[in-house]
Amino acid sequence: MDAKAPRKKLNLKDRYRHLTRGLEWDPSYQPREKIYPYIEYEGIKIHDWDKWEDPFRLTMDSYWKYQGEKERKLYAIIDAFAQNNGHLNVSNERYINVLKLFIQGVSPLEYAAHRGFAHAGRAFPGAGPRIAAEMQSIDELRHFQTQAHTISNYNKYYNGMHDPGHMHGRVWYLSVPKSFFDDAMSAGPFEFMVATGFAFEYVLTNLLFVPFMSGAAYNGDMATVNFGFSAQSDESRHMTLGLEVIKFLLEQDPDNLPIVQGWLDKWCWRGTRLLSLVAAMMDYMLPKKVMSWGEAWEMYVEENGGALFKDLERYGITMPEALKTATIEKEHISHQTWATLYNYGAAAAFHTWVPTPEEMDWQSEKYPNTFDKYYRPRFEHWAEMEKAGERFYNQTLPMLCQTCQIPMFFTEPSDPTKICYRESDYKGNKYHTCSDHCKTIFDNEPEKYIQAWLPVHQIYQGNCGGAGLEDVLKWYHFNMGRDNMDINGSEDQRNFNMWKGNT
Amino acid sequence: MAVKSIGPYEFEPKDKLENFHGNQLLYVGWDDHLMFCAPHAFPFPPDMPFAAVLTDVLPGVYGAHPDWEKIDWGASKWLKSGEPWYPDPEKSLAENGLKHKDVIRFITPGLTGIKGSYS
Repeated sequence: MDAKAPRKKLNLKDRYRHLTRGLEWDPSYQPREKIYPYIEYEGIKIHDWDKWEDPFRLTMDSYWKYQGEKERKLYAIIDAFAQNNGHLNVSNERYINVLKLFIQGVSPLEYAAHRGFAHAGRAFPGAGPRIAAEMQSIDELRHFQTQAHTISNYNKYYNGMHDPGHMHGRVWYLSVPKSFFDDAMSAGPFEFMVATGFAFEYVLTNLLFVPFMSGAAYNGDMATVNFGFSAQSDESRHMTLGLEVIKFLLEQDPDNLPIVQGWLDKWCWRGTRLLSLVAAMMDYMLPKKVMSWGEAWEMYVEENGGALFKDLERYGITMPEALKTATIEKEHISHQTWATLYNYGAAAAFHTWVPTPEEMDWQSEKYPNTFDKYYRPRFEHWAEMEKAGERFYNQTLPMLCQTCQIPMFFTEPSDPTKICYRESDYKGNKYHTCSDHCKTIFDNEPEKYIQAWLPVHQIYQGNCGGAGLEDVLKWYHFNMGRDNMDINGSEDQRNFNMWKGNT
Repeated sequence: MAVKSIGPYEFEPKDKLENFHGNQLLYVGWDDHLMFCAPHAFPFPPDMPFAAVLTDVLPGVYGAHPDWEKIDWGASKWLKSGEPWYPDPEKSLAENGLKHKDVIRFITPGLTGIKGSYS
């Protein structure tokens, strides 16, 4: 018998090369542009797809291995959570509303990202980016699944988490995240990669994930911390991909610079507007606070983002004006967003409330220039109204921004007492936006945004189940009186206190 | 600038006038009263008198604010698309020049919201 020759093990670099290069072929009976129809029209020029470098050098076999290990740990903890009544260990019943916002607003974006990256991966002729996009696509699907499974434990005990998929495509405040991804997915593959991979995953993702996950840890929600950890190593890979996309595009051709800069300007703003919901969550919804939105913005955008854009200067990239505007607004948007959710708390599938006096003191300390001057009187007045049995609910539907779809509550960057009104005329119709940046985005591609499915207008057109609040909520699949209204007097609150034995 | 696309890219506006069953949209904001977080959207028939907006609609919208009772309508001012505007209450919305999706704001001098916070 012949002795078996020892199998020669490839080193990591060679493995990566074998598993990610030379996989494509030159088509012989179809023209290349018919196979890759989306690769030219955005104006991006790529000369050598093999210049794509993936710093992680992750191959499919090791990908399955790592992810499989993480899944095993995750599901063991989810089981333990269910067996040990983990739903009672959270700081208090207000915290649960963070999870409602997450499963309604964020998890469906993971699913949207899964679809978007699958599409982008298919569109690229180069094997390196295709594989990176394919893995991210699978990651995003996994995140959606793990979040749905984790939060399903809470759904057994608390209201508002029963039908997020249905709600996501219909509810007024969820049209904000939904339209963000619809905008990205209906763009070309390069814009999608810059929008999602770079502007969102790289510049802004820390503002989404860190507050949610540390917020969960501070508030006793170990289940959410667990899926956060399970997603973390994926997130760092996504950030690296995002940065690689930018560098690759800028190094391939100088003509790509103005296109990429335009996308950065657009998507940093779209992302910042979307994160208004996170700002409100951090400053108002977490019973035990991690840090303020203003502090998070300083750390992750002004400091880290500042360094990043300094680094990109050598390619000719400048920091988007949008981020400078958002820095001016950082002391306002969490208060304005929460006040809006409070206004329309009858039409939300989570509960809202006036912050406690202690929480207001925390706000004063964190926002010394703005809270006492502009926002405390508003909340104290609402507290008095509630005490008098007249909890304030705004009775009329708000005007929405045509671009970000958020109610027009943002104030002028130079004057926090005045709503920022901007408008454009296009083919005989008026369109209203909440800011200079949303107006610029609209004006750059009006034909796209005139198609916006604005929830308020859809209700008035008769497309949302009826004209009354009750009809619309039914169409949203909300349970009137259980999912909506103030936290005080809610079923969640009654149950939580009963289960905890609080009097 | 146009949308970059792989083919002809032209669409009907989702919110064209014909979709509102005889109504037109009007947006109304009350300056310096941000307790109402954003301006409001209304579907109104174009032949509705502007006076009806003032007497039949706005009290139900803004009446919860302590400043509402204090408004001196003789001293108040209107803006349409940010420019001074002088409506005639007896005339209809259309006769006052209001078109689909116009935005108007009223300013009530001396009233600066709850404890002067513009709320």
